[in-house]
Parts: sequence; C-alpha cells; structure tokens
Amino acid sequence: MIVAEQKPLAAITSMLEGCRKVLAVGCGTCVTVCFAGSAREVGILASSLRMASRVDGDALEVEETTVQRQCEDEYLDPLAEGLDDYDAILSLGCGIGVQSLADRYPDKRVLPALNTTFMGRPTEQGVWEERCQACGSCVLDKTAGICPVTRCAKSLFNGPCGGTQDGKCEVDPSIPCAWQMIWERSAKLGLMDRLMGIEPVKDWSSSRDGGLRRIVRDDLRLPDGEAE
Amino acid sequence: MSEFEPSIVAFCCRHCAYAAADLAGSSRLSYPPSLKIVELPCTGRVDVLMVLRSFESAVDGVLVAGCLSGKCHYQTGNLHAKQRVDYVRKQLVEIGLGEARIRMVNISAAMGAQFAEHASEMVEEVRALGPSPLGKLIDPLEGET
Repeated sequence: MIVAEQKPLAAITSMLEGCRKVLAVGCGTCVTVCFAGSAREVGILASSLRMASRVDGDALEVEETTVQRQCEDEYLDPLAEGLDDYDAILSLGCGIGVQSLADRYPDKRVLPALNTTFMGRPTEQGVWEERCQACGSCVLDKTAGICPVTRCAKSLFNGPCGGTQDGKCEVDPSIPCAWQMIWERSAKLGLMDRLMGIEPVKDWSSSRDGGLRRIVRDDLRLPDGEAE
Repeated sequence: MSEFEPSIVAFCCRHCAYAAADLAGSSRLSYPPSLKIVELPCTGRVDVLMVLRSFESAVDGVLVAGCLSGKCHYQTGNLHAKQRVDYVRKQLVEIGLGEARIRMVNISAAMGAQFAEHASEMVEEVRALGPSPLGKLIDPLEGET
C-alpha cells in the first residue's frame, strides 16, 4: 500500500492562511489502511483545525467528506456539487489523490494534508515499513523475495557492502542488512546458485530516471468513438 | 464577579470509576457538580475524536477514569485509553489549548474517596487555567448554552 502520515498541524494551518471555508477530503483506500486519511482522521484533523482557528480568534469552517478512491475521477465527480462554497480542498489522500483532485477541479486550490512517505506494509500494529521503490524492473526472483533496491541503503545488486555489521546496516543498526537476509533466505530455500552469477548494471530507465512513467494497455482502452 | 466554574467531562469506566463515583455519592463525599460523568463500558471505548469533540464543544477539561493497571475487565482497555489520552494531549498542544486540560486516572470501584479527590483536584487545576479559549460552551444538540 501507499503509506503516508499527516503533516504537523502548524504546517497545515499555515497552508490554510486566508481561507474561510475548506473541504477536508479523505480517501478510503491506502491512507485509510495506514490510518492517515480515513474518515476518522478527516474528523480528527477537521476538529483540530476548527479549534486551532478559534484559539487564534478566527472562525475557519472545515467540512468533511471521504471518497472511496481519490485517484480515480469517478469517485471525485460527486464532489463538484457545492464546491464553489469552499476556498480550498484539503486532501488527506496521497500525492496522487491531491493531484487527481487538482486535475479534476483545475479552478480550485488543492492542498496536501499528508506527506506521502513510501510503498510498504505494516510489520506490526502501528509500524509500517518500506518494501518497494517501483523501479519498474522487479528482481525479486533473483533475490529470494527480498528487494535490494528498497531494503539495501545503497541498492546494491551483488552482495553486501563493507558496512554490514552483525547482520545490520551501517546506516542504522535497527535496519537489517538486505544482503544478509537475501543470503540466509537463499540458503534456506536451496537457491544459492542464483547468487553465484554477477548481476549486470541495472537499467534504471524504467525507474524514475526515465522521466514520467506511463503504462498503455491497448486491450483495455476504449475503442475509437467510445472514448469519454 | 462570580468565580469561574469549569465544565469538565469525565469518561468513566463502568467497572471501576463509575462505581467509585457512585460510592463517593452513597458515602456522602462531595465532589464538584461541574464534573459531568459519561459512563462507558470500558475506557478502551475512549476515542480520540470523542475527546476532541468534547473540547470542540468548549468544555474546559476532560477526565478519563479507568481501572487500575492490570485490572481492566477487558484486559487492556485502560492501556489503550492511556495511549489515546497521550495522543490527544499532544494534539491539544498543537491546537493551542495546552496539555493540562486532559488527565487520566486509574482507580478501583472501592476507591470512592479517591474519585472525589481526583475530581476536586482536576476542577481546581482547570479553574486555575481559566475557561477554554474556545469560548462559550456549545451543546452539540442545543447550540450555545
């Protein structure tokens, strides 16, 4: 899932300076699962913003709504009604949600209430950890299901660096060395032969280095004349 | 000018603090009438939003009263409540209301006298802080009171 966390309240109130009435919009997908942008977090943030405004002697109005997915237009369309009343939309979606709202409502100011942090998973209740950097060319078949791009601080492809210490990364002793894990898991699964070859330099053009990425599926596109 | 009488909401667990409040009453121990008790099945029912909504309606303080440590009827409800109270405390600082307007206490059903003491202490401390800067108390159902 996409994992995000809320910006400090002071950063959000500063963004909202000059606004009288805003619509706080949550998202019912990834940021709901990571407790950053669900209807509940929208309620907490809206209540906090209203109170912070009253403490300052202002009367900011914050109304609340949550859509199933901020990243798809069909879920954003129902927001159109009454949107003229608001000075801004405060999105509790990930960066994709914020930009989707901005695309869908180009005349409306859209502000981010969250910092989108990474793609990951909960490792225990209340703890999330990064697992994928969307490099666009998955190597998990060669690395026993452990991603060296994400979990090695240097994104190495041919074994650990000299900074590995007792199975931990020199960057932070709480981070396990990805290559130690890859080695141990490969041994356990009898896949050591896959680690014996030299992995050539990775082509990063499928990652961020290649500019904006896009997937086109002709089998799914609407035929000519049917496009919306 | 009459003395400011703080409005305090006390979220009380049915198995301990609510019974302790009852015991205080039947023992004829007095505690300030400005404490409005809300009975909960467990302080584990306390939700961040529930507490924030109380403050938003301009109460001057919130008391959460749960079972003694290790004595929760549902094992860990009072521990969850403590985490949420800590979260709200930080949020109140960010909002500008300060951290002293919320407090959690742990008592048993037999501690009627202690309940009355905690209630009086809380009221006195909030009285010293002054009224909530959010203005007049708002009844969510009735509007301003």
